[in-house]
Amino acid sequence: MTLTLGHFLSLGAMLFALSVIGIFLNRKNLIVLLMAIELMLLAVNMNFVAFSHFLGDMHGQIFVFFILTVAAAESAIGLALLVLLFRNKSNINVDELNSLKG
Amino acid sequence: MDVKTGLFYLFAAVLLSASFRVITARNPVYAALYLVLAFFQASAIWLLLRAEFLAISLVLVYVGAVMVLFLFVVMMLDINVDSLRQGFWKHFPLAAAVGALIALEMAAVLMGGFRLGEAPRAVAAANSSNTLELGKLLYSEYLYPLEIAAVILLVAIIAAIALTLRTRKDSKYVDPADQVRVKARDRVRVVQMPVTRAAEPVVEAPAEAAATAAKENKA
Repeated sequence: MTLTLGHFLSLGAMLFALSVIGIFLNRKNLIVLLMAIELMLLAVNMNFVAFSHFLGDMHGQIFVFFILTVAAAESAIGLALLVLLFRNKSNINVDELNSLKG
Repeated sequence: MDVKTGLFYLFAAVLLSASFRVITARNPVYAALYLVLAFFQASAIWLLLRAEFLAISLVLVYVGAVMVLFLFVVMMLDINVDSLRQGFWKHFPLAAAVGALIALEMAAVLMGGFRLGEAPRAVAAANSSNTLELGKLLYSEYLYPLEIAAVILLVAIIAAIALTLRTRKDSKYVDPADQVRVKARDRVRVVQMPVTRAAEPVVEAPAEAAATAAKENKA
């Protein structure tokens, strides 16, 4: 029994489903929400690398490179916003982010 | 079942259990540490797929930079852990339903559409390195996207600093622009004075006025 593309795609799908569940579960905790988004990007990157390996095409790995860049920028800005939010409201509860609601 | 398949199942099992612990951990510090474990396992799986450069850069970028940033932020904020868990099980049915839906959809796509038994095609010649191939593509065909990625990182740096910058109200601070713009004549005024001058005549009037005031007081 050798490894096929399906193994890696199934692993990526399971990882993605787990992180979606995590986003629904941790409604009070913005930090774990950011971590779940990182896990989602990891699942997508896993699919890209698997396709790149099994189709013999390097362009998939280039995409992973750019996704890593954007994910690093996203988490840096997200954590800065989180620090600012905690400074202003003293908690990181997502449900209380309704200051703009009329 | 060869060694590679066994290693894949080992890494995949640890990766899935670590990511399960990430989304269910009580303490955000534990969640961050389990996320580090998950990234290490993903990097090992990418090594199995012969993406060596990306595996190393995943460890360097994520574990070395992003997760350290996460840990710093988690430890900097004074969060009440118990209040974070309220309503955790209230959302569980919805979360389980959405997760099951996604898993079913993915399974339908994977079982139906893909030729799963395909053998991997060689990316390049056997003796060429993955980093070399990646670099050739990145610096020829993807040169402009690479520069745009650099600009995105610069914007992220500036945004993160500008968002969290806090200046003290009571600190003594001089505006550098004002310091540069100042001229010598604004600071020093040269007054022309004679070296010697005649003594001024003594004025008698104040003495007389004081004398009359004293008389009025006596009266």
